[in-house]
Amino acid sequence: MAVLTEEQSMLRDAARTWTQEKSPVSAFRKMRDSGAPLGYDPAVFAEMAEMGWTGVIIPEAYGGSDFGYLSLGLILEETGRTLTASPMLATALAAASALILGGSEAQKSEWLPKIAAGEVVGTLAVDEGPHHRPEKVATKATKSGGGYTISGAKTFVLEGMAAGLMIVSARTSGAETDAKGISLFLVPADAKGVSRKALKLADSRGVANVSFDRVEVGAEALLGAEGEGHALLEKVLDRARAGLSAEMLGSAVQAFETTLDYLKTRVQFGQVIGSFQALQHRAAKMFTDLELARSCVEAALTAIDNDSPDVPELVALAKTKVGDTLHLVSNEMVQMHGGIGMTDAHDAGLYLKRARATEATFGGQSYHRDRYARMQGF
Amino acid sequence: MPDFGAADTELDAFRAEARDWLKTHFPTSLKGKGGLMAQEGVAPSGGDYEVWRKAMGEKGWGTPTWPKAYGGGGLSPHQARVLQQEMNAIGAWNPIGGMGVMMFGPTLLEYGNEAQKSRHIPPIVRAELRWCQGFSEPGAGSDLASLQTKCEDKGDHWLVNGQKIWTSGAQWADWCFCLVRTDTSKKHEGISFLLIDMKTPGVETRPIRLISGNSPFCETFFTDVKVPKENLVGPLGGGWTIAKRLLQHERSGLSGAGGGRGAGGAALPKLAKSYLGEDGEGRISDSDLRARVASNEMEWRAFQLTALRSMAEAKSNQGPTAATSIMKNAGTRLMQERAELTLEIMGSQGLGWEGEGFSSEELGAVRSWLGGKATTIYGGSQEVQSNIISKRILGLPDPLSQS
Repeated sequence: MAVLTEEQSMLRDAARTWTQEKSPVSAFRKMRDSGAPLGYDPAVFAEMAEMGWTGVIIPEAYGGSDFGYLSLGLILEETGRTLTASPMLATALAAASALILGGSEAQKSEWLPKIAAGEVVGTLAVDEGPHHRPEKVATKATKSGGGYTISGAKTFVLEGMAAGLMIVSARTSGAETDAKGISLFLVPADAKGVSRKALKLADSRGVANVSFDRVEVGAEALLGAEGEGHALLEKVLDRARAGLSAEMLGSAVQAFETTLDYLKTRVQFGQVIGSFQALQHRAAKMFTDLELARSCVEAALTAIDNDSPDVPELVALAKTKVGDTLHLVSNEMVQMHGGIGMTDAHDAGLYLKRARATEATFGGQSYHRDRYARMQGF
Repeated sequence: MPDFGAADTELDAFRAEARDWLKTHFPTSLKGKGGLMAQEGVAPSGGDYEVWRKAMGEKGWGTPTWPKAYGGGGLSPHQARVLQQEMNAIGAWNPIGGMGVMMFGPTLLEYGNEAQKSRHIPPIVRAELRWCQGFSEPGAGSDLASLQTKCEDKGDHWLVNGQKIWTSGAQWADWCFCLVRTDTSKKHEGISFLLIDMKTPGVETRPIRLISGNSPFCETFFTDVKVPKENLVGPLGGGWTIAKRLLQHERSGLSGAGGGRGAGGAALPKLAKSYLGEDGEGRISDSDLRARVASNEMEWRAFQLTALRSMAEAKSNQGPTAATSIMKNAGTRLMQERAELTLEIMGSQGLGWEGEGFSSEELGAVRSWLGGKATTIYGGSQEVQSNIISKRILGLPDPLSQS
């Protein structure tokens, strides 16, 4: 655990208490079984917003507490532990980051207070296929009148059905895979020409495909400079990836602890199975990976708070290491629980499914390993 | 905020001081020549090596965090890290090393009496005397506490009889810190910690040739060796506690977390490019190898970040944290993987054993690869380390107590 300030310790403790009491895994299961259309319980999210969690990285002038990314990471780690379903990641982390980093005064004043209050759910609409490739943009934004007309389709948009504000990448010039020529736009979800289709994924969370059919927006919808959206988007994505890594770390830690408890209680051959060395050494390996992953996640979040130049490489490292670790732990959780781990009644499956969804979000391990290697010049 | 070595004015001042001092005292002829140190734990004697060793020894910076009272550098862990960074920056390396620095010194500082510390620490700081470790025996490897070397109380001296094995550097050592059995009726409580002068009559060493072709380890025989009473460290029968502490120092040193080792060969990506070439986008041309090099580089970074984190946590929580326990297995595995990758990158050139046709780097690579296999065996094997994590950190039951 990183060395925390007193405020951060209090925030983490409050998050732990709240998630354990108000949002345990059983709450997620109940939400899933109820078929909640948004993939989360709005009443629960409202409570989170009331506690100020949606405004942790938002400056005080816009209704937030300006506590920084490590602080938000502490909350996300706790929500990851209990698989709490909420739009925190999409809105309080990703969309808020986009506005903080790229927004004009008017854009920030309009949207940040609403995001901080949890009144509006914001999200990124950037991918156009089953793999995260933010530089690959076919969606077009053409100049028309005083503004732009956007046409194209985005896939796997987080909280796509709940979102009131979408941050959409579209091409104002260049070929489909050019970094140059990408622009970002703030598009209200109720704009004419926006249509969305809910997708049901294994992890039961809210995701949608969104299409933009000649959606007209004003010039004031442009986020950052025209054609220069790629660099901004990468900065935003790195913040989203770091926060997501914290959530994944929380899920991995909990999956491991639940499994460890089982090893200490399940009796076979007249002894608890945790006394078998074959399982002990695999547990030791998982523990080792968790410790290494935690260092990476905390370093990435801290680097963001310090605006350090090594943010991109530390984020690529964190997403990869925590992704590999969560992958391993979620598989071992099922295996070590044996038959009970295969049943829907047990939590293991919930962690396994969520693990793969988070691994894929904002780039999987091979994506970030490749990215890390490029950044290191090989 | 977490302390990942953020800017700090006091540290900046120390950095300037260290840079100046190194500039004045490090002989540029020795730039990047720390390799021999890493292999033998001892720098060659004579010439600039001697000058450099003397300078660092007198300054105490070879043992940067040890107390000034015994000749150490008296630096904080952060200052020591800055010193290491400054040394790395100019290709300088620490000429003060070996068992005395890595393991025995820190342990004696903790458990030795005043007379023992005053006598034995300063020569370690100045690299004047070499120490070896007499722990393992033919019948006591991973199960170290079953050791049998007999130590009898003869009134005015101890009398030691027995055999040690895998005694690193015993053939060059001046002294041995040794675990001996002073009581045969108890297992752990019958072990004591004794310092033996290797020149004492009855001490004999035989080097063991290893798969790397080197002989860094010996068999050491003790036949009616008389040891002065004042050479017992800690209480009679208290050796196991001291040994456990010492092994922690050994493990942190072996994992590379201590950071005291001289800089190794070229970085893997650079090496891979020079042997295998690169594609139009500057990527290592073998994509499978590239992915594995990337993996190792990233794991290495994660490992270093963990070393920093556990340092910061230890500083604020006043004690070793859970992260410390994983360092030996994680570090040695990474180093072995690196050695394997180095060999693979070099291809058949990397298998050159001796003679012409091979660069010194290539000849070194094959020896390091083989020699490095020992790191997951000594100092608590990988399996013993996993047992320790399972039992002490994760609270899983001891498999032996069940049967």
